[in-house]
Amino acid sequence: MMTATTSRFAWARQCSPMLYRPGAWMAILLVAAGFAVLPMLNLWLPADHAWYVSQHTISLIGKFICFALAALALDLVWGYAGILSLGHGLFFALGGYAHGMYLMRAAKDSPQALPDFMVFLSWDQLPWFWSFTQYPLYAWLLVILVPGLLAFVFGYFAFKSRITGVYFSIITQALTFAAMLLFFRNETGFGGNNGFTDFKWILGFDITAPETRAGLYWVSLLTLLAALVLGRYITTSKLGRVLMGVRDAESRLRFLGYEPAGFKLFVWTLSAILCGVLDVNYLGRSTTTILADFDEA
Amino acid sequence: MTRWLYRLCVGWLCMMAISTQAATLLDKPLAQQLVASNPAQRLAAIEALGQAATPHALLVLRALSQGTVFVRPDGEVLLSGDEITNVLSGAVVAALPDDAKRVALNNRLRGALQTEMAYASLFDNSKTVKLQAAQQLQSVANPARLSILQRALSASNDSDLIAAIELAIASASLQLPDDQVRLVAIEKLGQSGLGQFKVALTALLQPSVDGSYAEPQVVREAAIVALEKIERQQKLQTWLGNIFFGLSLGSVLLLAALGLAVIFGLMGVINMAHGELLMIGAYSTYLVQTAVSEWWPAGFDYYVLIALPVAFVITASVGMLLEKTVIRWLYGRPLETLLATWGVSLILMQAVRSVFGAQNVAVVNPSWMSGGWRVMGDLVISYNRIYIFFFSLFVVALIWVILNRTRIGLFVRAITQNRRMAGCVGVPTGQVDMLAFGLGAGIAGLGGVALSQLGNVGPDLGRTYIVDSFMVVVLGGVGQLAGTVIAALGLGTLNKLIEPMSGAVIAKISILVFIILFIQKRPQGIFAPKGRSAE
Repeated sequence: MMTATTSRFAWARQCSPMLYRPGAWMAILLVAAGFAVLPMLNLWLPADHAWYVSQHTISLIGKFICFALAALALDLVWGYAGILSLGHGLFFALGGYAHGMYLMRAAKDSPQALPDFMVFLSWDQLPWFWSFTQYPLYAWLLVILVPGLLAFVFGYFAFKSRITGVYFSIITQALTFAAMLLFFRNETGFGGNNGFTDFKWILGFDITAPETRAGLYWVSLLTLLAALVLGRYITTSKLGRVLMGVRDAESRLRFLGYEPAGFKLFVWTLSAILCGVLDVNYLGRSTTTILADFDEA
Repeated sequence: MTRWLYRLCVGWLCMMAISTQAATLLDKPLAQQLVASNPAQRLAAIEALGQAATPHALLVLRALSQGTVFVRPDGEVLLSGDEITNVLSGAVVAALPDDAKRVALNNRLRGALQTEMAYASLFDNSKTVKLQAAQQLQSVANPARLSILQRALSASNDSDLIAAIELAIASASLQLPDDQVRLVAIEKLGQSGLGQFKVALTALLQPSVDGSYAEPQVVREAAIVALEKIERQQKLQTWLGNIFFGLSLGSVLLLAALGLAVIFGLMGVINMAHGELLMIGAYSTYLVQTAVSEWWPAGFDYYVLIALPVAFVITASVGMLLEKTVIRWLYGRPLETLLATWGVSLILMQAVRSVFGAQNVAVVNPSWMSGGWRVMGDLVISYNRIYIFFFSLFVVALIWVILNRTRIGLFVRAITQNRRMAGCVGVPTGQVDMLAFGLGAGIAGLGGVALSQLGNVGPDLGRTYIVDSFMVVVLGGVGQLAGTVIAALGLGTLNKLIEPMSGAVIAKISILVFIILFIQKRPQGIFAPKGRSAE
């Protein structure tokens, strides 16, 4: 056990500027390239061709890529820092709602038109938190800021008071549960039980067109690759080693003079943001996400 | 001679009595009016029956409301109950003639019929029927019928009934011309504390179109006083009600969390499948209910009592199996246990869904658990909540006895304090673990039986309780039975007290936020273990 750990550290120190060994880089890029080719097979080959990949497969694999990103975000906090979160579904959903607000606005002819569910509730104007969401850049900013901010505030209090292990997991679950109750109310202004449906346009492209789908797919793939590299960079850095220390023996780390709260807060917030970002890619379809990923988390 | 005459007289009287029993239920003109084609006439006949308020009249009125009164073209009126009776002659008819037509009702008649039936029911034999009738008449308030109410009042000797009829009289008296009578009635209504009289009392305060008041000053002042009294009463009722329902919710939480307190609190195992154990307990109740109603219908009232041991055994075996196959291999790795048991919970949920279907199943309260206790005014607490409250206390006592007064409890406590040392002195730790887990699971089963009597029984039952149960255990402090009790009852009451202010969802959310903040301050719960065991 001891030797395995030391040798892993030694190796990590060796190749940290490169992140991966050249062979590993090759493998990663090859696999990524393999996945990147799939939408082309869908777009450019006739439907009866032997290599043709159906639209369904593409969106399914697209979904898998998103889940891989979620898994990566979870691995960062759980695998490296030993913080098991049952609340990542919430960050995922927050990102989804933020991005969904833009998509809902874009689905209407005029940005000021109300989404259908608000019309059913006979509201006459958009709630304040919907303002400016017709601008995609602002909505994407929200995708990063909202989950990040919530994670930061929550994590700040939780880690400051040294809530660890199982207690932390249960509290995150409670938080998700509370948020789910909140979002399922019609009065909250996020479509209640039905969530957001009927997306039509994204940045002026038809969201159901195969080309747009393929574009989203590539964006997801690139995001995943970027997140992988970022995660690898963090975990092989000195910071990553402190995180592993948190996981293995938090008290000892504290005795050595480190304050674990800050490290944990950083990786926790980062992971939440990653989780939120993945929604930009995930929400090509009409979904309420919050329940789905409550299971997935 | 006199004796003979006396006998004759008695005999004649007896014959009279018998003959009246067989004789006419209605006299002829009334019967004809009752089946007249003109609804106004029928209405008048129905009112006349209510005015008479005799047992015969009640019989006819009930038959009318059930649609079992028939008329023949020749004007004969038949009443079909257990046997078919000619209303006019009292003779029993063998079969309903083909030309008999059902006497139809319209909405107006039906409304009147309800009221008149209530008047006639005041003289029924059953106390509950009389009480219901009197309560119904409280909102009718027809001063023309005061004499019937007075008659019923003098005939009744039950205190509940007298109170109800007196209120009915008071509400009818509000429309009498005599100021003095009205004042008395107003005071009476004010004392009742019932919200339903507020409308009538407020009506007394309304000015007419030209701004003048129909009522004299004294009456209006009395009405204001009475209204205030009612409102005070109602406020008190709401408070009491909130506390009662809070305690009830607390007892439900307690039942859901107790098993968890044993498993999580004493053994330190996170069992996310705990909610599903509750669900299995509830489904066991459903199975027992089905079996009892199939094979022993007479004992249906006792099925809950049979379900308790059955549910305990079933869930305890599921729990022990779970411990033996999954959890045993994950001791000391709480996060892995958490995930593995979560997986188990999904499997159990899906299994129940495949066997029983995704729909909720129907679990019926036995008769002694249905109904409620009228505490005061409008406040009624259903019996099942009361029973469940005491049942939860009983379960707490049971656990306490097992943990503190039995050998196995001693072992469990020993292992909690120092597992290796306990093993060294010969405690079979593995076996005790399994038994303790079984105990916790079995208690979840008992909780499931109780929950099945309160709410829906479906595959998702456990989902709704798992988060709350963990909150209770965490808040109460791990390994603290007393803490769990106080946390459960406290959380329940707090929830119900916040609810009227902000709605159910916000109440729930604020409770969760409160717990999260509370844990910041006291990470070990209300009752933190002292000494070196606290890290």
